[in-house]
Amino acid sequence: MNETAVRRSDQKLDEIMGALLRSGVVLAAAIVFVGGVVYLTRHRVPVTDYRVFAGEPAELRTISGIFHEALAFHGRGLIQLGLLVLIATPVARVAFSLLAFLYQRDWTYVFVAVLVLGLLLYSLFGGHRG
Amino acid sequence: MNTAEFTALVGVGSLLAGFLGALTGLGGGVVIVPLLALVFHVDLKYAIGAALVSVIATSSGAAAAYVKEGYSNIRVGMFLEIATTIGAMSGAALALYLHASVIAVIFGVVLIYSAVVSVKQGVHATQDLGPDRIATWLRMDGTFPGEHGLESYHVRGVPLGLAIMFVAGVLSGLLGIGSGAVKVLAMDKAMKLPFKVSTTTSNFMIGVTAAASAGIYLSRGYIDPGLAMPVMLGVLLGSLAGARVLAGASANVLRYVFSGVIAVLAVEMIYSGITGRL
Repeated sequence: MNETAVRRSDQKLDEIMGALLRSGVVLAAAIVFVGGVVYLTRHRVPVTDYRVFAGEPAELRTISGIFHEALAFHGRGLIQLGLLVLIATPVARVAFSLLAFLYQRDWTYVFVAVLVLGLLLYSLFGGHRG
Repeated sequence: MNTAEFTALVGVGSLLAGFLGALTGLGGGVVIVPLLALVFHVDLKYAIGAALVSVIATSSGAAAAYVKEGYSNIRVGMFLEIATTIGAMSGAALALYLHASVIAVIFGVVLIYSAVVSVKQGVHATQDLGPDRIATWLRMDGTFPGEHGLESYHVRGVPLGLAIMFVAGVLSGLLGIGSGAVKVLAMDKAMKLPFKVSTTTSNFMIGVTAAASAGIYLSRGYIDPGLAMPVMLGVLLGSLAGARVLAGASANVLRYVFSGVIAVLAVEMIYSGITGRL
């Protein structure tokens, strides 16, 4: 692919990525908002004490647990699902760039994008405990 | 105070932080942690988890607006993301071993640095030093819409840029901030990217960097939904509103005021860290 074609393709890529990011953020904010409404209408007890760190329960810190809680329409689970969508948005952007670099046959950047995507997926699914 | 009142107060504070952050270019994340830790007495771990989430929201939301203008350089961004993601994961790992007071002191120092950079913003012009071997091989040189039509530029200093980006990643993962100031430093000073290109590319990278550590924070239980909800929604709405009034002439005055607020928060963070009140 010649330079002009690559530039034009990069510009197009930019626009699609912009739309992708916006949709991800809007979807995440909508889920968090709905979850927030459910949480506030049901959670009338005194405010949680955030002064002392207790850590979230297992069902709010694993991907399968969060889906389970969200499907049960629990406020906290829904919020956490929205946050998960938010975290996944930049990851989707990198995955999309990988496809674009493959299309351009730009192997250097295919390698770079695979590396970044691998790191992000490891961080999300690596099962870190602390 | 009941849950609804607490949520409303945190939401309004976050809205203000996001608004001022967008208006001044400092980002809302940078004041969220001191706001939660010093004003609402939230544990530093929860505060950092909530701030990290809001950083992804503002970065992705703003990037959507920036890409239309054609300023960002996706190759430079993607390549440097190798360093920022590794850095962010290291920073998140480091957060496990460092005492809260050490994190608070580092946070204060970074805050002061950000405030200084913000005040000095826009007083320089980047000089094009011609092509560079590594950057040419990585096809990083690009163009951007300047005053006289499409202007081309050359990228330099890739190894130094990578090194600074690693540090930016560590700070982001450790403190839950976007570390935009450090990212702009790497691209602007070390790699000689035009200012517009470095700021928009930096914004593009912030979301990916924050996502790399957010996954770790989430699985460690540092991200509390009840706290993250008002912070994320507040900062997002505030920054969208801030970006709309960005063109106003009072932005310069506001930047000084906001930098002053940040400096005060920084001193407070360092003092609380040293006296062990966090």
